[in-house]
Amino acid sequence: MSLLLLDNAPLALATRRSFLGKSGVLLSGAAIALLAGQEALAATNAGKSTADDIRILNSALGAEFEAIAAYQVGAESGLLQKPVLDLAVTFQGHHKEHADVLGKTIAKLGGKAVVAKERYTFPTDTLKSQADVLRFAASLEKGAVSAYLGAVPLFGNSDLAKAAASILGDEAMHWAILRNALGEAPVPVAFMS
Amino acid sequence: MTSVRQAVFVIVLAAFAASAYAKDAKVPGDPGNGEMIYARCAACHALAYDRTGPRHCGLFGRRAGSVEGFTYSPAMKRSKIVWNAATLDGFLRSPLTYVPGTAMGYAGVTDAKERTDLIAYLKRANESPLCGK
Repeated sequence: MSLLLLDNAPLALATRRSFLGKSGVLLSGAAIALLAGQEALAATNAGKSTADDIRILNSALGAEFEAIAAYQVGAESGLLQKPVLDLAVTFQGHHKEHADVLGKTIAKLGGKAVVAKERYTFPTDTLKSQADVLRFAASLEKGAVSAYLGAVPLFGNSDLAKAAASILGDEAMHWAILRNALGEAPVPVAFMS
Repeated sequence: MTSVRQAVFVIVLAAFAASAYAKDAKVPGDPGNGEMIYARCAACHALAYDRTGPRHCGLFGRRAGSVEGFTYSPAMKRSKIVWNAATLDGFLRSPLTYVPGTAMGYAGVTDAKERTDLIAYLKRANESPLCGK
């Protein structure tokens, strides 16, 4: 990790916070559309299995709960210093918003949302520094991008696909900013997979 | 006669098992590239512990839906799949097609070489200290 880059990070992070705030507005717009009503969801779901959509949403919800717990571990580790700590708490807040929307959507579709586990397993023995925590968080965020990318084409309902793509965009921003904080190229590729 | 048939059945079964084992003993592909592809799995899976998805240590030869303490979809538990290079290739290509009703809501790894490399990585990881070997 480049300590120099982290020392220089606050100004850049303040700008990113402003950007993330705006992106939150976009996500809310997608969430409102998603939560418009069960009738709208059902109407566009003809020929596809709502049960499949619910399963996919529940897998995403389970991963969001884990991400919330992971950021909590990071925040409480004592390894993160401001402004990185603030960033982690902000990202955790996004995951809480994702989980909230996913849970409500599952309910609207007539499904039963999974609940957060009582405890999660994290490789805490390998987290010895701020860089370790950032690197771990970045790996989760990159995985989340791939997971949503793999889920988007599966939805029978285009509104669900749109909402998943909106969350994907948020996760990708998290990943890029975490990489930047580590002194790595924030956007190393033109395409995600 | 019955005992002869039983003996033949056992021999055929053993030969099949040996063949399957041999097939997995040396898995083709580039595990280094597979490790990079495995990063896509990191939202839900880890090698050594269960997350949204089950652990991958102990994967080869394991019956699907059998990790103790992990909650699987009924479809996965019913599947009777035993994981090896061939079954993993089929599942990873299109999880929802291979096991309809699986909780793994992922479109799949459509590139055959990427699947081969990913499986090679999983095999190597399973034989390494990452999985306690």
